Amino acid sequence: MTTHEQGQAKRSGADWLLFVVGFVLFSALGFWGTPALLYAEKPQPFQFSHKVHMEQVSEGCKSCHSFREDGSFTGIPSTDKCKECHSDSPQGDTPQEKTFVEEYLNKGKPVDWQVYSKQPACVFFSHAAHAENAGLECKKCHGDHGDSEKLRTYQQNRLTGYSRDIWGSSILGMGDPPKRMKMDNCADCHRANGVRDACFVCHK
Amino acid sequence: MSLANRYSAGEHRFGMVIDIDKCTGCGGCTVACMSENNVGVLYDETDKIRSITWMRVYQVDNGKPFPETQVAFFPRPCLHCEGSHGHHTPCVSVCPATATDYDPQTGIVSQIITRCIGCRYCVGACPYHARYFNWFDTPWPAGLERPLNPAVAPRMRGVVEKCTFCYHRYQRAKNKAFLGGGKVEEMDYQTACTEACPSGAITFGDLKNPNHKVAQLAQSPECFRLLERLGTNNKVYYRTTRAWVRRLADNYLKDEKPGQVAAS
Repeated sequence: MTTHEQGQAKRSGADWLLFVVGFVLFSALGFWGTPALLYAEKPQPFQFSHKVHMEQVSEGCKSCHSFREDGSFTGIPSTDKCKECHSDSPQGDTPQEKTFVEEYLNKGKPVDWQVYSKQPACVFFSHAAHAENAGLECKKCHGDHGDSEKLRTYQQNRLTGYSRDIWGSSILGMGDPPKRMKMDNCADCHRANGVRDACFVCHK
Repeated sequence: MSLANRYSAGEHRFGMVIDIDKCTGCGGCTVACMSENNVGVLYDETDKIRSITWMRVYQVDNGKPFPETQVAFFPRPCLHCEGSHGHHTPCVSVCPATATDYDPQTGIVSQIITRCIGCRYCVGACPYHARYFNWFDTPWPAGLERPLNPAVAPRMRGVVEKCTFCYHRYQRAKNKAFLGGGKVEEMDYQTACTEACPSGAITFGDLKNPNHKVAQLAQSPECFRLLERLGTNNKVYYRTTRAWVRRLADNYLKDEKPGQVAAS
């Protein structure tokens, strides 16, 4: 009998137990330990409720996130945009609004938000093409961010400096945007809708 | 062959007509291009083998002594070759990484820097020396990263880059058209070099659109393309009335006459 066959014959219950314990231990490390190691959590300057604002405005997301005349997208509104509704004294009684008015609005300082969906420098994304031409809803890629009461924790990849949303918060690669906002997600949708998916369509 | 029939089916074929008789060789197009496309200044710009100029102005002369000497300039962007049968762009056909492709809609040859593996086959394949390899990381002295164009990604050492006919400007023009519900008009999409040329030597537009000035100009018998007999079927036309300049555009034999030799 060779050593190889001996090994196969003598696998005891303890061996299996050790295997299962090791498997579970390292899986857990991979699922919870690695992200904690890879992603740094960065605080937003102050809390912001999309829900409260959505109740106040008439045109939904477009009320604050609008297009410029040349077709470019304003993205996160400037402090001037906030001034259209906010005055120099807080309208509500939340400490967040007080911080905003005192630290940013009255000083004319832009808020240094951490942007969840900020794309790498090599990516060209056109909001006009998706929201106007294709008529997609904001939710399609941004999920229910517009109805959220709180800003979730912003996670930044320590190696690349990109937001975790770009790689995807789901390790198994499951779910739709914003849980995954990878190139594959873009390409899948492009293919499914007969839109060209060549590199130069979205890369620059 | 009529202009539109030279190219394969597709909505647009963006191209240029460069009037050599108008070009003064000032280099304004080169500077505008570098500024627009984030091409930096390397440590040693006298090293012309390794320096990067997407739009390069070549100087030629008629080889005669003074006072008969005449000089002409060939501004040379990427010529966006299509090849003789719609898909034989020299650089595209050799790229092992599919980092460059020929857009059947616009006729623009792309360059995807994040996909490029830096093998430089395309540099060797390009008959016009329009492709450049990044031998160095471009040094951006402190503060010089601020005027970078956000619409164009800066490159890193080890990848190839080239003129893209300011494709980001086409994307921008399309954005405007999406919002207005209209089409991209001729003047909505113009390259940086076209806009910068002080003598108006460069005309840019859609060769397939008979209303565009470039399509009208390119049909003139005074227009020709560089190394036309290679069959690159490119989209940058040059115009001159000077016979000696015309002769320099291809490798003519002594008894051959430019314009009478058929392109392959």
